Amino acid sequence: MLSPVILIPAIINGLLTGAIYALVALGLTLIYGVLHIINFAHGALLSAAMFAAFFAFRLLGLDPYVAVFLLAPGFFAIGYSLQRFIIGPASHGDDRNILLVTLGIAVIIENALLYAFRADTRTIDVPYAFATIDFGFTFLAVPRVVGFGAVFVVALALWLIMTFTDTGRAIRAVAKEKLGAELAGIDVAHVYAITFGLGTACVAVSACLLLPNYYVNPGVGNAFVLVAFTVVVLGGMGSVPGALIGALLIGVVESLSGLFLGESLGQIGIFVIFIAVLLLRPNGLFGARS
Amino acid sequence: MKALVPIAAVIGVLALVPLVVHSTATLNFLVVALMIALAGQGWNILGGYGGQYSFGHAAFFGTGAYVTAILQVRYGVNAWLGFGAGIAAGAGLGAIIGGLTFRSGLRGSYFALVTLAFAELLRIIASVAPITGAGVGTLIKLDLGARAFQFQSRAVFYWVILALVAASLVTTRLVECSRFGVWLTAVRENEDAAQSLGVDAQRVKSTAMIVSGAMTAAAGCLYAQYFLFVDSGIAYGTWISIEALLTPIIGGVGTVFGPLIGALVVKSLGEVAKLVAGDAPGLDLIIYGAVLVAVIWLSPRGLIGGFAQARQWFRRFVVPTVTSSQETGRA
Repeated sequence: MLSPVILIPAIINGLLTGAIYALVALGLTLIYGVLHIINFAHGALLSAAMFAAFFAFRLLGLDPYVAVFLLAPGFFAIGYSLQRFIIGPASHGDDRNILLVTLGIAVIIENALLYAFRADTRTIDVPYAFATIDFGFTFLAVPRVVGFGAVFVVALALWLIMTFTDTGRAIRAVAKEKLGAELAGIDVAHVYAITFGLGTACVAVSACLLLPNYYVNPGVGNAFVLVAFTVVVLGGMGSVPGALIGALLIGVVESLSGLFLGESLGQIGIFVIFIAVLLLRPNGLFGARS
Repeated sequence: MKALVPIAAVIGVLALVPLVVHSTATLNFLVVALMIALAGQGWNILGGYGGQYSFGHAAFFGTGAYVTAILQVRYGVNAWLGFGAGIAAGAGLGAIIGGLTFRSGLRGSYFALVTLAFAELLRIIASVAPITGAGVGTLIKLDLGARAFQFQSRAVFYWVILALVAASLVTTRLVECSRFGVWLTAVRENEDAAQSLGVDAQRVKSTAMIVSGAMTAAAGCLYAQYFLFVDSGIAYGTWISIEALLTPIIGGVGTVFGPLIGALVVKSLGEVAKLVAGDAPGLDLIIYGAVLVAVIWLSPRGLIGGFAQARQWFRRFVVPTVTSSQETGRA
């Protein structure tokens, strides 16, 4: 029905979008895998990171691809402090309280952004925003190709941290057996905070990759995070490869349903998949049945 | 019956307010606060007593609001019948969502996520479907008169909504005293243990969700009837999901009066913020978020729990110095 000339670029664009979802989802799944909580503040943190990247460009003239090296450590520190000094102590170790505290933080951040910057939508103007690369069969926007590549760099970096460093080993130990890790002398509160920091740093990287050809407003993060939730559930909560594959899949589904059904219905498609996966396979396509 | 005395007393006092206060702004404030208290009481049945934290109670609020509005505007149904239908629709939606999610065994974070997704799904559908007026929303025709459930005087509306709040308080109290309520709290405390003792957890939770959905939908119906306007951002917006869970948690989760106290406190804080900093977008929600975190941090059982704790502390450390002989004898 549709010629491959339209279909193939749609699929490739879906994969590129999926890569950004993957990066947002990576942070979410990492936090879930270790702390066993869903971080409802993830979207608000993404909005905040995008504003930070926006002002780094406007006020300091920093290109988002340069600002990422400042913002990632900065947001690591923010994430670390949030978990260590607010979420941890405030929730008294009760899962339901953690949910509510992250929700409260989300509400605060999102509305602080709204209060400070109003609901205006902003964009930055970089020379390469509309540059494209000719792949022979299709043209692809440079920022999206960069984003696609960066996701695999970040995923690899995370894998290296988790596999070869002491911190990574401690994180995996805590994820597997919290009490045992604690008995072995691992500072669980510290490991939780580091994990939360890493997840938040992922968000900062996504923000810098998104900014060159995306807009910023106080609610922008939510659009991505609802998709990221879907991705994380689809890929199996806590599974990093699951998140990558799930994200690429969702990106393609969204792109194709947008093509066939139109924008707003494409959005409904995501939620229907989300609810269906939650109801039918809450452990995801790749997760083991608990 | 004795259990209902405090409710009668509180409602009695609140009922006198319009006789003393004539300011439209104050009555307006109280009407909205009571509406939120009603929505919060719905959340409290499921979340407070049943331990199932929903992040998407907007689904019920919005459904109640839209059903009332659409039946009146598009089908010429009487407003009171529309009101009843809105509540029934909320209960029905509760049965559907509850049936689906609890049958799949979703708990904790998963339950919060799926309720959030249902609310968002409904919001997107309402923002594009022609029957809801899509992006424009639905406007209920002004037709002042008791027959159309519209009142010239705010005081009358206040009493109507107060009556519904009273009904919700009594319902909650009855749930609390009933066998069903005990099952529900047992499920909250330890679902597996409750089940091993023969409690049909899935059915108990689904029933709680039906009652919960009906109550929150009633608040939505009243909203539509009071403001005579509904759109997708109001009806299914995140704000109502947040306020519905905020009020019981701040007042005292799993208590009869928690949502009412929480709603009055939360709404007052919002008003004070407006007075201090002007009507800026987002400000009230920043405060709500901060209060939510602070209450969980400092007093996880809300203001009622905090008050009880303070009284206990007072008894233990302050009173003994006065009447030490009796206390030490017992200790």
